[in-house]
Amino acid sequence: MRGKWKALTFFILPFALLFAAFYLAPIGYAIKQSLYKVERQGTFGKATEVFGGLAQYERVFSDGPFWESIGRVLLFGIVQVPVMLGLALIFALLLDSGLVKGRRFFRLAFFVPYAVPGVVAAIMWGFLYSPNLSPFTAVTSNVDLLSADFVLWAMANVVTWVYVGYNMLIIYSSLLAIPQEVYEAAKIDGAGALRTAWSIKIPLVMPAIVLTTVFSIIGTLQLLAEPAVFRTFSSAVTSTYTPNLTVYSTSAIPNFNLAAAFSVVLALATCVLSFAFLKVTQRGGDK
Amino acid sequence: MKNVNRLAPMLVMGAATLYFLVPIWWLLVAASKSRSQFTSTTPLWFADFSLLDNLKELFAYGDGVFLRWMLNSVVYTGGAALLGTLLAAMCGYALAKYRFPGREAIFNIVLSGVLVPATALALPLFLIFSQFQATNTFWSVFLPSLVNPFGVYLARIYATASVPDELLEAARLDGSGEVRTFFTISTKLMFPALVTIFLFHFVAVWNNFLLPLIMLGEEKLFPVTLGLYSWNTQVNQIPELRMLVLTGALVSIVPLVIAFLLLQRFWRNGLGSGAIK
Repeated sequence: MRGKWKALTFFILPFALLFAAFYLAPIGYAIKQSLYKVERQGTFGKATEVFGGLAQYERVFSDGPFWESIGRVLLFGIVQVPVMLGLALIFALLLDSGLVKGRRFFRLAFFVPYAVPGVVAAIMWGFLYSPNLSPFTAVTSNVDLLSADFVLWAMANVVTWVYVGYNMLIIYSSLLAIPQEVYEAAKIDGAGALRTAWSIKIPLVMPAIVLTTVFSIIGTLQLLAEPAVFRTFSSAVTSTYTPNLTVYSTSAIPNFNLAAAFSVVLALATCVLSFAFLKVTQRGGDK
Repeated sequence: MKNVNRLAPMLVMGAATLYFLVPIWWLLVAASKSRSQFTSTTPLWFADFSLLDNLKELFAYGDGVFLRWMLNSVVYTGGAALLGTLLAAMCGYALAKYRFPGREAIFNIVLSGVLVPATALALPLFLIFSQFQATNTFWSVFLPSLVNPFGVYLARIYATASVPDELLEAARLDGSGEVRTFFTISTKLMFPALVTIFLFHFVAVWNNFLLPLIMLGEEKLFPVTLGLYSWNTQVNQIPELRMLVLTGALVSIVPLVIAFLLLQRFWRNGLGSGAIK
């Protein structure tokens, strides 16, 4: 019995310590920092941190650009996440349908963009969008994809490009896990490929779709690398374009207390959204 | 009729293949051109082959800082993913295979960590590290990158599914210690799962941008993503950096593409397993 406790300590303690130091402690510290404010004695006086209650949060909630940026990523997510996951689902179903030859090739080809880090993907597409360097000048010389009207969707395309294959693989592997017997009844009933996909496959891979949606929601709210890179290509991307850019530029001022409050609000919003999504889909699944 | 049925899906897949691969093809072609031909020749086909010259220039620029960035990335990412996978595997395994008070509590705390976005931690981590004068160091990026709550979650699922209790019992009767059993028997059974956790972790750290951006000031410590980013922000002032950014972008994706190709067998089957449960 003593051996068991020794072993448990050995297995769990290293992770637990790191988790406490680099996950729990920062969360606690961010909350603490967000409750403080910097006071100066006179304009050039020494700055001291004093308890400020919810002063930073008042600033967060009255900060127009921050809420605009939240609205922007929400709009981005409402359009981009369904498009990306819809494509991933269609490709996964096609791979699984037996109608496509060269499955191994497609699986790999679609997955390759996932190997490109967000920053590098954004740099690459930044060139592809630029009016004079792009190979698609027929498009880019007529429509400025980097203008204020289009740049959000230009970024949505970068994110879609990187993540469709990854999401496709997650959905595809859970399609592969469906036992063959499930299809036999459908075959006997004479259901075609479309019918089978719609009424058997999609319901059965719902857990995978829910999981990828939650990860996509989290990723969308955290959007940073793409807008940070696009700032060099497009003046339409401001320093508060997405919530995380706001956190970064606020901490660069530096105003750590306000930046911490932004971080806390953003993390809470993310948790609430993904949690709410999980709850809603679970309720739907019980019926 | 049957042919029509097959044609449409193949067309869809073909068009998608173009969408996914043309940008990378373009990057390969662009990186193989000299600066003057980059703007003057057709973008999707090769001109005079100057890839080697570009590579030479890339690795020579700024006292070879690019090579340094690549090595940094490999150490940050490879090291963090290897160690992090081991830690997550041990913890997930213990949560799956031992009953003890507080087990579910620990698991739930770790699981809620999955929903906390890593970027939300970057700023407070910076503030904590600066209390110890430890920002702008290797450790300030490496240590936080070790923690992978999603890995613990996956490891627990995989350990439950692939390590039978009877086997552990038999090992105990043979007098094998718990820790030894884990390293000699359980890790073998969990191996495909461990590769999946490793890959997830690898990509997450490789892509992590905010933490190094906030933490590091000294160019020598940058991972390659941050390095390329900083070059790209200077392209307007220093135009010759443009070709270096493009060549560097190409070089930076090669290791990951190779890793994916070599580990295909594992991610192909392993990726979905977490989602099924």
